[in-house]
Amino acid sequence: MNAVVAASNLSKRYKNAAALDNASFRIEAGRIVGLIGPNGAGKTTALKAILGLTDFQGELSVLGLDPRKQRGKLMEQVCFIADVAVLPRWIRVREAVDFVANTHPRFDRKKCEAFLARTKLTPNQRVKQMSKGMIVQLHLALVMAIDARLLVLDEPTLGLDILYRKQFYQSLLEDYFDENKTIIVTTHQVEEVEHILTDLMFIRDGRIVLDADMDAVGERFAEVMVGADKAAEARQLKPLDERQVFGKSIFLFDGADRARLEALGEIRRPSVSDLFVATMKGTYA
Amino acid sequence: MKTPVLNEMYWLVKREFWEHRGGFLWAPVITGGVFLLLNLMGIIAGEVIGAQHGMHFMFNDQIHLLDHTLSADDAARAGALMDMVMYSTSFIISIVLGFVVFFYCLGALYDDRRDRSLLFWKSLPLSDSATVLSKVVAGTVLAPVIAMICGVITGIGMLLLFVIALSFHGVGAWHLLVYAHPFRVVANLVGTIPLYALWALPSTGWLLLCSAWARSKPFLWAAVLPLAVGMMLGWFNLLGTRVVGSGWYWGDVCGRILLSVFPGSWLGAGNYQNVSSGTEHALDALNLGNAYGVMTTPSFWIGAVAGLALLAGAIWFRRWRDDA
Repeated sequence: MNAVVAASNLSKRYKNAAALDNASFRIEAGRIVGLIGPNGAGKTTALKAILGLTDFQGELSVLGLDPRKQRGKLMEQVCFIADVAVLPRWIRVREAVDFVANTHPRFDRKKCEAFLARTKLTPNQRVKQMSKGMIVQLHLALVMAIDARLLVLDEPTLGLDILYRKQFYQSLLEDYFDENKTIIVTTHQVEEVEHILTDLMFIRDGRIVLDADMDAVGERFAEVMVGADKAAEARQLKPLDERQVFGKSIFLFDGADRARLEALGEIRRPSVSDLFVATMKGTYA
Repeated sequence: MKTPVLNEMYWLVKREFWEHRGGFLWAPVITGGVFLLLNLMGIIAGEVIGAQHGMHFMFNDQIHLLDHTLSADDAARAGALMDMVMYSTSFIISIVLGFVVFFYCLGALYDDRRDRSLLFWKSLPLSDSATVLSKVVAGTVLAPVIAMICGVITGIGMLLLFVIALSFHGVGAWHLLVYAHPFRVVANLVGTIPLYALWALPSTGWLLLCSAWARSKPFLWAAVLPLAVGMMLGWFNLLGTRVVGSGWYWGDVCGRILLSVFPGSWLGAGNYQNVSSGTEHALDALNLGNAYGVMTTPSFWIGAVAGLALLAGAIWFRRWRDDA
């Protein structure tokens, strides 16, 4: 099957630092990919490259198109919410719907109006009169009414309260996502997206340091809670990370032998945030 | 709205109108309204003071003219006077229009980068050329059309105001209105809009380029850069190394890239050379044939081509400027 995004050796340098450093990855259709990385790791640059908003070195094909040269065509099938609340402040709900309805060939006005009907937004309301959460509701209603093949979300829920955040991802899953669509999402609120992701990608210093689907992550990584008596034995297995809880040690292993781990203690699937913290150790040091 | 391209342009221009309703619509409407109000206040003041002192300020010596049939000469003069009134309102509004268009162009490709709404517009399948072009159309076609409509309506309002004021004095001046040439005035004004759009190209191009390029303070870049270059040239000339003529630079470069958004700025000294004195001829300068005479000069077309090149630059920066 054709990849939705195929990138090889993506590089992009800003004046002093490499934002992307020979990053290569593939994203297949029907996936929800979490692109997770610390601040300044190159997440936004990677997304901007995919959306044709920035120039770069290397090869990149999005839906079979080159985002640098065929951006107009690409944007008919790609949608994005880049950061929170970037709708123009002067626009009214009615105007935003009218404008997108008349300039986007894949926009379904009825769908959008149905989404809006579930919110408190009124047609004459201006963006500048809305709270951050309401702006995102409007943006999401516009985006979900577009039958795009790829949706890119860059920190879509930053600064929203938990009600809006939950509602955001719930709407995406229930009313938008299907096997023909692909979603790439970056966020720091890892706990909130880890249950909806099908694939996980960690990026650090412009390089992809982990690229796996969630099942593989569960098989590869294991967390074991070990009593003090067996801690030394566990350390010999070269854990990624170790932390102390209630006098016991929790070890995080990458690709260790299951049978040996079971002898040490209870095995759990590590959370994405623990995995993230362990992988990114020393980033800011 | 038949072809997708035209439809896209229609909605892009409409978006500009939504965003800039204040400058495009309300500025000329309010200017016209204030102008009418001031005239009304003037007439009332004249009436009140006149009544207090037993005098007639208005057309005192000519008032007899209005009562009998006018000679052809007088009719022409009355018509020209009324045409002048109509032009004068358009003139005032066009000055306002110049300021509106100047600052509109300066902000058109900058404001949405600053507030990051650029990221929303760029998420739609709109080409950057169409976006930039829509801003040119909004600034130099839509805005002047609205300003012209406001100017004509205000002009008609002015005439009615005068006629009504006269009728209070028992002078029926309604029949005089037939000597005015509203259609000719409107045709002249409408006809100048394409001229305006072409003439303004160096300014719209330069201002939009600055707007698309500047990381901050586009006004400073747009205004200070050409002024600084001019002063450097002047300095070189002062030292005796003549690079290019300072006068040529100020008039044909600096003036054109900053001030061409002001309607009528094409009316140079040359336009009055063939015009003899007298009210009936003063208006000839505004005639289309005369105004379009500027198109026969090479500098007009060089300016237009340079403006298009600046616009191409603005489109390039709109596409690749990566700082939102």
